Amino acid sequence: MCPTQAIRIRDGKAVIIEEKCIDCGECITVCPQNAIIPLTDPFGESAKFRHTVALPSPALYAQFGREILPEKILSGIKRLGFDDAYDLAFTCGEVSFAIQEYLREYQGPKPLISNVCPTVVRLIQVKYPALIDQVIPIDTPRELAAREIKRKKSKTLGLKEEEIGTFYLTPCPVKMISIKQPAEKGKSYIDGAIAISDIYGPLLAAMEDIENRSYRKALKNICILGIGWAMAGGICRTLRLKNSLAVSGLSEILKVFNDIERGRLRNIDFIEAYSCHQGCVGGSLTVENLYISYNKILKLIETLEFEQIKACPDIREVRKLYREKYFFIEGKLEPRPIKPLDKDLAKAIKKRKEKEDIHESLPKIDCGACGAPTCLTFAEDVVKGEAELADCIFSLPQKFAKLSQELLELLNKSASVRSIKLNINNIPNKKD
Amino acid sequence: MALRESAPPRKKIVMSDENILSQRFEIRGGDFSNAGKASTSIKEILQEIGIDSSIIIRASIASYEAEMNVVMYAQRGSLTLNITPEKLHFKLEDDGPGIENIELAMQEGFSTATDKMREMGFGAGMGLPNIKKNADKFEISSKPGKGTSLDIIICLNKTE
Repeated sequence: MCPTQAIRIRDGKAVIIEEKCIDCGECITVCPQNAIIPLTDPFGESAKFRHTVALPSPALYAQFGREILPEKILSGIKRLGFDDAYDLAFTCGEVSFAIQEYLREYQGPKPLISNVCPTVVRLIQVKYPALIDQVIPIDTPRELAAREIKRKKSKTLGLKEEEIGTFYLTPCPVKMISIKQPAEKGKSYIDGAIAISDIYGPLLAAMEDIENRSYRKALKNICILGIGWAMAGGICRTLRLKNSLAVSGLSEILKVFNDIERGRLRNIDFIEAYSCHQGCVGGSLTVENLYISYNKILKLIETLEFEQIKACPDIREVRKLYREKYFFIEGKLEPRPIKPLDKDLAKAIKKRKEKEDIHESLPKIDCGACGAPTCLTFAEDVVKGEAELADCIFSLPQKFAKLSQELLELLNKSASVRSIKLNINNIPNKKD
Repeated sequence: MALRESAPPRKKIVMSDENILSQRFEIRGGDFSNAGKASTSIKEILQEIGIDSSIIIRASIASYEAEMNVVMYAQRGSLTLNITPEKLHFKLEDDGPGIENIELAMQEGFSTATDKMREMGFGAGMGLPNIKKNADKFEISSKPGKGTSLDIIICLNKTE
């Protein structure tokens, strides 16, 4: 199940090998026992700040019925105790324009890859270092918005930036990790992440007595460019990019990235890639069925297109900020290769050979009884000294056979065995 | 007269088995759905033993281009990679039509690819030049009708 084979069962418990983990959250979605719990901040952790702002992922807008539009959701969030709720879709719209600018100027190898999904960024760092320069160096809307909120609010409220708490309402655990340990090694402007699934119940209750404004009026406040960020393909569609692809699901991403690495997709300009199926609406911390929420966003985009509602950031303003380098990430994305079998190359080569020899001796049916997902990963664990060959249950009959052979030989040597043998021969045959 | 017997024995290259990791991949001509699998496995092996990512990039490009040449032009072929602490040595052998004019084939933009191959995004005439560009040492030998063999060497020693 784990796309990077990072999970082992040790003493009956699932253990994650951190350097292999790309924080995709697949295990959280899949595990029927809920054995793996994401590290998000508990809801209500905002007391240490003097002013708190919630930044909901546009995926939150997809969690409720058709009639409940972003406007109402944002006022519901404020009722939960946040001083303010910021519409992240607006910043997403700005970033869409910034991406368009970057695509226009860019001269290097193609396609460019969106960095909106932190799992994809981590996957590239770990497994596709060759593609690292193709990751768009424009910061994510959540980071840009949090930075802007801290700057602006500290001035208007007369507070220090660190007294303003910014909380991201996240559809997936990986965004939490990307906040705690940003991939570019810089620091994050977001102070915490709250799971959409944690806030869903209270939010639904808080919205109960908020009156619905007229549907059409509420529509006019939605940024069509930004709302698309909740689903795979939303950026390409709302920007009307011609040579672009949207990919979702890790196994699909692996196929596409292999093709990019081999230079087969050079005629594609831009790739939106999300580790969750259908994009952020498929995150493991969402509540609504992902196909329903995908459809809600899609219908919303179609309605806005049909009604020709374009509540979007001013493109001239975005271009000006773009030239001032406002949107670019602060650090540089570096490869994060997996730890090799050994630091010393000669030893690593030897261990790699050992791994292959061990794998040859295994039954190769990937039963998983040893705690490793495949025989090959088990062989690797043995070479690394993290598992023992005896952990493989198939070595048991072999050991038993060997042991009984030894026993037999021992018996044959001893004198007493002859009498037993004679006795066996003297047992009368039933047919007689 | 003892002519032949006195001839010096042919040198046998014996490498200590311990420091050399050898991987052989069979490549089937025309099998586009599996094309690229060898270079993907190679990339994974190099990552496992901790080869620098800039070298892995060069190795993947060179091995992929070489692999694709076999898929596109030959019936069958093989890619053998020998890894020592000093270098990566890719040896490719195929039973393809061979190359008539190697000098011409090494020129950027020269290709004998069919329209069908070009439709699939191949045949830009960058294959062999791209391999050479990414290799530290590159040797090609080919005879029309007899197939082609390539020797690609990428050094691992940073000082080289």
